[in-house]
Amino acid sequence: MKILVCVKRVLDPQVKARVKADGSGVDLANAKMTMNPFDENALEEALRLKEAGVAEELIVVSIGGGKTEETLRHGLAMGADRAIHVVTEEALEPLAIAKVLKSIVDTEAPGLVLAGKQAIDDDSNQTAQMLSALLGWSQSTFISELKIDGDSATTIREVDAGLETITIKMPTVVSVDLRLNEPRYVKLPDVMKAKRKPMDKIELDSLGLDTAHRLTTLEVIEPEPRAAGVIVNSVAELVDKLRNEAKVI
Amino acid sequence: MSNLVIVEHDNNEIVAATLHTITAAQQIGGDIDLLVAGENCQAVAESAAQITGVATVKVADNAIFAHQQAENLATLIVECAKDYSHVLVAATTFGKNVLPRASALLDMAQISEIVEVKSPDTFVRPIYAGNALATVQSADAIKMITVRTISFEAAAESGGSAAIEAISGGTDTGLSSWVSQAVSSNDRVDLSSAKIVVSGGRGMQNGENFSMLQSVADKLGAAVGASRAAVDSGFVPNEYQVGQTGKVIAPDLYIAVGISGAIQHLAGMKESKVIVAINNDSEAPIFQVADYGLVADLFEAVPELDAAL
Repeated sequence: MKILVCVKRVLDPQVKARVKADGSGVDLANAKMTMNPFDENALEEALRLKEAGVAEELIVVSIGGGKTEETLRHGLAMGADRAIHVVTEEALEPLAIAKVLKSIVDTEAPGLVLAGKQAIDDDSNQTAQMLSALLGWSQSTFISELKIDGDSATTIREVDAGLETITIKMPTVVSVDLRLNEPRYVKLPDVMKAKRKPMDKIELDSLGLDTAHRLTTLEVIEPEPRAAGVIVNSVAELVDKLRNEAKVI
Repeated sequence: MSNLVIVEHDNNEIVAATLHTITAAQQIGGDIDLLVAGENCQAVAESAAQITGVATVKVADNAIFAHQQAENLATLIVECAKDYSHVLVAATTFGKNVLPRASALLDMAQISEIVEVKSPDTFVRPIYAGNALATVQSADAIKMITVRTISFEAAAESGGSAAIEAISGGTDTGLSSWVSQAVSSNDRVDLSSAKIVVSGGRGMQNGENFSMLQSVADKLGAAVGASRAAVDSGFVPNEYQVGQTGKVIAPDLYIAVGISGAIQHLAGMKESKVIVAINNDSEAPIFQVADYGLVADLFEAVPELDAAL
């Protein structure tokens, strides 16, 4: 079985997003970028499936501008066999991304597609579900456990009420949560090796898909900051403030 | 304009998040219909018909919707959506699971986790863990929307008298089957709707120490929550998690104990009315959003707080 892992290049999760003064978006110039953390979990799971003999080949795919290659090289350094870079300078919406990924799936015919449950930049949480819909495949989202058994898989999903277990037919699209695994660290020799691994470049336009924007971003602003608080010196003072000033207890 | 709100339920009761979603639909304007898909879910339909401001409750009572899995439910939403300008669902794990699937089948964009309705086609949604707010305008014929429930009041559960209409439709895709649901251990007060929440982080050191927070919570009628670090460390189960990827809550009082305040945690609680931080590290970022900060060893402060209440 082939596994396709979808990854996105995003602002480093430790960095606070800064909104541009003209309200057009978030300033990413010179910002530290990284692979979306959830996608690292997806890739780690794929690596473990390959190491367990469940999969033979592992492909990472990403869509974006020139620097997306760095994120894909990181995926290759983690252990993916090859990479596909769909090249576009435009920031596509999740539906368009799902269409692009579907065309890659149609060509590569993986038995399993893994993706992070959401990208930490636009927090949409849509792409995996949309891809699954376009393929007519099963889906399992926000998973913390995955067991593949022939033509079906059993997954544990992290839902609001706790943990839900479902079985899904293969092939399938699965979106992963952070507790699925602990992604491995990349070692220097792996980085060197990754430079020699194959990376296909596909121009977005060559796919002939409708990836037009459906949404127009009119403005991006920073939320109102909270008013500065006070430091209290004792539990007694805290309780007094909560009772008599804030009146919340 | 006409709105279809997808009801989240367990075949017996409506999940409160649905009521907040209905308020978002009211702000969009036009008629509001509800879709109840389930198995033996007549009780849900009857409660739904009582909600104020609802025109019609459409009920698809069919074994293929017993656990409302995305593959089957999305086919039904697609069939129903064509009669509406807006389809809304709460941005819970239920709504996030099913709506993108239905949106893609309809070839419509989805607008995730709206926090404000500017006009029937323009909405505000948080991005970058709530560190930025984007105003987006949709050009699609059907607006597919998930709603951040803390940003909209709950619609009144009574006072309405909607018509109940049984519908058929939807496809049994046979793609997935439900096995089991682990029963939540966080059963005292519902974290999503609690007025007061007492949350613990890595500083709690272990799961047993959460009993200190539970004791404080019991006195305040509060729910207990946790940071991702506490859940990852196995102190408490996942349904306790507050943050960008856990629950987003806005209680009247949020008491953060031993929580450093990573961006991802703040995303889930910074809309709380009053925030208290108890932490022994005066440099912890949680103090930047706290209304009242107490720099103290939590193992002394929490029992003292417990005794003072």
